[in-house]
Amino acid sequence: MLSSRPATEVREPGESAMPGTHPVPAWLRLFRSELRLVFGRPRNLALLGVLVVIPVFLGIVLRLTINANSSAGPGGPAFLNQLAGNGVFLTLVVLSLMLVLVLPLVIAVVAGDSIAGEANMGTLRGLLTVPAGRTRLLAVKYAAIVVFSFASCLLVACVSLIMGLILFHTGPVTLLSGTTVPLANGVLRVLVVAIYAAVAMAAVGAIGLAASTFTQHPVGAIAGILVVVIGSEIADQVPQLSGIHPILPSHFWLAWGGLFRAPIDTSGIQHGLLSSALYIVIFGAIAWARLTSADVTS
Amino acid sequence: MQSPEDEVSFGRAAGRADDSGHGGRADNSGRADDAVQVFDPSYALVTRGLSKRFRNGQLAVDTLDLQVPAGSVYGFLGPNGSGKTTTIRLLLGLIQPTAGRHQLLGFPMPEGQTEALARVGSLVEGPAFYPHLSGRGNLARLDAADRTASPATAPARIEQALHRVGLLAAADKKYKAYSLGMKQRLAIATSLLRPRELVILDEPTNGLDPQGTREVRSLIRHIAADGATVFVSSHLLAEVEQICTHVGVMRSGRLVFSGPLSQLRGGGTSRVLVRTSQPELAAKVLNDLGLAEIRQDGQEVTADLGTLQPEFICERLVYGGVPVAGLDTPKRSLEDEFVELTGEGFDVEQ
Repeated sequence: MLSSRPATEVREPGESAMPGTHPVPAWLRLFRSELRLVFGRPRNLALLGVLVVIPVFLGIVLRLTINANSSAGPGGPAFLNQLAGNGVFLTLVVLSLMLVLVLPLVIAVVAGDSIAGEANMGTLRGLLTVPAGRTRLLAVKYAAIVVFSFASCLLVACVSLIMGLILFHTGPVTLLSGTTVPLANGVLRVLVVAIYAAVAMAAVGAIGLAASTFTQHPVGAIAGILVVVIGSEIADQVPQLSGIHPILPSHFWLAWGGLFRAPIDTSGIQHGLLSSALYIVIFGAIAWARLTSADVTS
Repeated sequence: MQSPEDEVSFGRAAGRADDSGHGGRADNSGRADDAVQVFDPSYALVTRGLSKRFRNGQLAVDTLDLQVPAGSVYGFLGPNGSGKTTTIRLLLGLIQPTAGRHQLLGFPMPEGQTEALARVGSLVEGPAFYPHLSGRGNLARLDAADRTASPATAPARIEQALHRVGLLAAADKKYKAYSLGMKQRLAIATSLLRPRELVILDEPTNGLDPQGTREVRSLIRHIAADGATVFVSSHLLAEVEQICTHVGVMRSGRLVFSGPLSQLRGGGTSRVLVRTSQPELAAKVLNDLGLAEIRQDGQEVTADLGTLQPEFICERLVYGGVPVAGLDTPKRSLEDEFVELTGEGFDVEQ
């Protein structure tokens, strides 16, 4: 009776599965499906829309309130004082403002939803019985979160760059150390900051992925990530806790000031990349350990 | 055809490609109870002492020994809360057993689940899909997750699966706009995306109207006719009676019956029922014939049929002067058997 099966794509029973014999590798197919799901979701598109609106809004407000001769004074966001001199710095101002809450929130929504959302809808059991493979599904989910992190940070950077170049002075960029570099060099440094921010957000995404494997309620996972992020930022402001500052996830998020000095000081972002990598490894491992052993009862 | 090592190995036997063992319709009477795990390729699904105790202490499935013959349509019956869905989750590797093990299509689980589950279509606890995707989009998503499915044939296979469940017209409608019946049919379509050797359906007619129920029954018959073993859980007896060749009955996490449907129905002794205006006389004739358990209820007299033919009883009644208005040999209904096995009432026993 098995011989009566249609002779399309199937293997004969007893043969091993043959992934990779198709023109499109199977993992790429699932990854593309995941990207379509994440980027096709109206809610996530709305979040990306917010990431466009905020830089535009900030750019206009700052343009209207700053003139070339005034200084923002102490206490303002980093690089605000440089903004009047060169529009490139708008990206840095916007990123340092949005890294506090908006970008972590956007990543938290996508990451917190990744597994918990599927569990909540019941689609997780469908995927697992396909079988998608728990480790494979987790890897693809995280890859999509990383892509979303990069998309978010680069979107913010590009919109701010365009706004900065439209609204403010352009030309050779005067660095914090007083040296002047060509505009292209300045733009390049800004893009490095955006990529650095994306790596930091990918670490937030790893925390979110782990949180997402512990609950069937995406909102719970999202709230959990935000508690970690905000808690970390508050702890980072308390001098008495300086001993734990280097291990806080948010501690190095704004540590890219050295990129705008000559010679370039990369020690800040090196620490930051190490911190992000550790968070990604640790929380990735937690997510893996949890998902591969969890009972799926949703 | 089976070498001795195959007989004692826990795993898909090396000679699995030899399908001559398929289609065997054995009941579980030949079950081996010894410690060595013996698996017969004529079973699509075998469990050994499979148990699940949830963290809250509830023993949802209790040392389940299930054997589903290859090629059968196996009705998995039980009142709500008797452990059917938990069993199905265990079978599909969604939850881990606290004791015991099982095999799907000869593959040990969970080690062989990648191999096994690709050959298994399933519907667990109702349909679940992405609300913002269309029916077609949802099937494409699941197919993309299948690392052994060919992307080249995906559109055609999705089209065919939608066609088989009659959803082609609504294929591009968003899932959230589907009616319950359409959702259920889309769920069945997922198990039709590829040819399957085993299809596990958990309450596939839940929430369907009578037409929908009929369609699902006909789909199940077609799936079985294509050569797949079908394992279908239900608490609807009529459904099981109409499509199943074999039945397993659960009660409070335990399997209280497993075997061919005919065995379940033949379980009780047949009765003969005589409708007459003179029940006393009829009872006397039946008594003279040596029938046991004679009961009189108004104008009806019933007795155990024993080995006698109803025609013979009728003849003797008429000969004895009983005005026979009607004579019947009512079959014990499946519901009688079911209630006998699972206890009165469909309530949850804990």
